[in-house]
Formats: sequence, C-alpha cells, structure tokens
Amino acid sequence: MRGLLVPLASGTIFGAGLALGGMTDPARVRGFLDLFGAWDPTLAFVMGGAVLVMALAWLVQKRMQRPVFAEGFSLPDRSDITARLVGGSALFGIGWGIAGLCPGPGFASLAIAPASAAIFVAAMLAGMVLVRLMEGQG
Amino acid sequence: MSLLATPLPGFPDAAPLAGLAGGVLIGLAAALMLLGAGRIAGVSGIAARAFGIGAGSMPRAGAWAFIIGLPVGALIVMALSGAPTPTFAGPVPLAIAGLVVGIGTRIGSGCTSGHGVCGMSRLSQRSLVATATFMATGFVTVAAMNAFGLEVLG
Repeated sequence: MRGLLVPLASGTIFGAGLALGGMTDPARVRGFLDLFGAWDPTLAFVMGGAVLVMALAWLVQKRMQRPVFAEGFSLPDRSDITARLVGGSALFGIGWGIAGLCPGPGFASLAIAPASAAIFVAAMLAGMVLVRLMEGQG
Repeated sequence: MSLLATPLPGFPDAAPLAGLAGGVLIGLAAALMLLGAGRIAGVSGIAARAFGIGAGSMPRAGAWAFIIGLPVGALIVMALSGAPTPTFAGPVPLAIAGLVVGIGTRIGSGCTSGHGVCGMSRLSQRSLVATATFMATGFVTVAAMNAFGLEVLG
C-alpha cells in the first residue's frame, strides 16, 4: 500500500496544482503560447513556481542516500543531445499548441470535461503505441 | 480566492498568483515523487508505463495511482473554486493534437513535467534543449494558426 500512496498523493497534488494554475484551461495555455498576440504570462508563473520548488528538492536529493519510501533512486542520467530529442520535442510543441493541452492537463481534465479530455488522451495513447510499433518494440 | 485573482499590470487576462500557487503545488508533487519514491514525475513516461506502452522500472500499479490522482486533484480544486468549465477544442483538433503529443513525447522522452519541471530544475542539458524546442514550436504553432484564422477554442 505504501508503494501506491506516494504516487497517488503526488498525482493528486500535481492535478490540483494544474487546475489551480489554470493549466486545465486550454485558453490559458494557448494564451501563453500566443507570444505574438494577446500574451498571457500565467504559465510562466506556474513553471517558475514548480521549477523553484523542484530545484530545492534536487538539493535535498543530493544529500540523501536513498528515497524515504523506496530502496533507491531511479533517475535519468543521459546528457546527449540527439535528433530524436529535438525532433520529438518539436512535434510535442506543435500538438501542445494546437489544442492547448499537454499530457498532465489532458489526464487532469478527465474530471473537468470528460468527453473532450478522453478524445485527447485516447489519441495521445494511440500516438505512443504508434511510436512503439514503428520502432519494433511491440 | 480573491488574493489568487490579483491581476498583473499590463496583462488583464493573467492570474500570476494563482499560477505561482499552482506551480508550487506541482513542484511539491514532483518533490514528493523524487524524495519519496526516487523517481521523476514525468506524466508522459508514467502514462506510457501505466498503459503498458513503454518499458520502465516503475511498478505499473504505482504508475496507475499517479495517473488516477491527476483528475482527482483537479476535481477537488474545481469543486472548491467553483470555477466555470473551460472551453476545449473540438473533437478533430483534440484528436490531431493528442496524436502529435503522444508521438512527440515518446520520441522526445518527455513533456512539460518531465523535461520542463523535473529536468530544467536539475539543469539537465537534454531537458533545457527539449523545453526550449517545444516552447518554440508551441509559439510558432499558435502564431501560424492565428495567421491562418484557425480558431480552435470557439
């Protein structure tokens, strides 16, 4: 049970933060991305607040032998800039701009506008499956 | 909630304090995942893990718990704030956007949470490049759609 409690609490607080910060409102997200129009800087405050808190968490993490509720840390350690990284991120930004949704707000919005969010989430999962199939890992 | 509605001079639509408070919550959630479970709170990767699409060391039950938490948390805030339901894009743009987001986040190894929040805060070179890239194409996409008169939010 303890193994589920941390991710459940993390997901719940994460979803609350997304809704509070207006990230489950596609107009607010697209307002931020409308840099050359009626720019809405709210997303920068969301990102700034989140990065600030996480920067402190990384400082704490450096001084920890292991996480509080797990055997060890399981963290990405790659540092190579690849065409995949840039190309994939470029695609992601295009999709993000089209509907004003990224994965977190997509799932969180299932509680706000279930029908709309379900279409986005289903298509997103289909896209993920497509990548897996094309790369022959399926 | 009145304090959270404090405006930003020059930007009548912005909600800087609500944004900052939401961001701090997101940061705390990611910090809990890092210091509690020793993992990155990257939504696209955890979703792929939950649905059995991507490999990973995270237990699938834990991945599901995180994903289920997202709408639960949003529901609590929406119920407490009584905010109106926002407008979403129509089915076709939602489906196209979702597909592109799904493909892009898998190829690019992350999204706004994994690269933007967790990676940038540890100054990961990969995440800095990824975030700069998806921000840039996001800006260009919205600018191009506006230029062509493509209005998706009604």
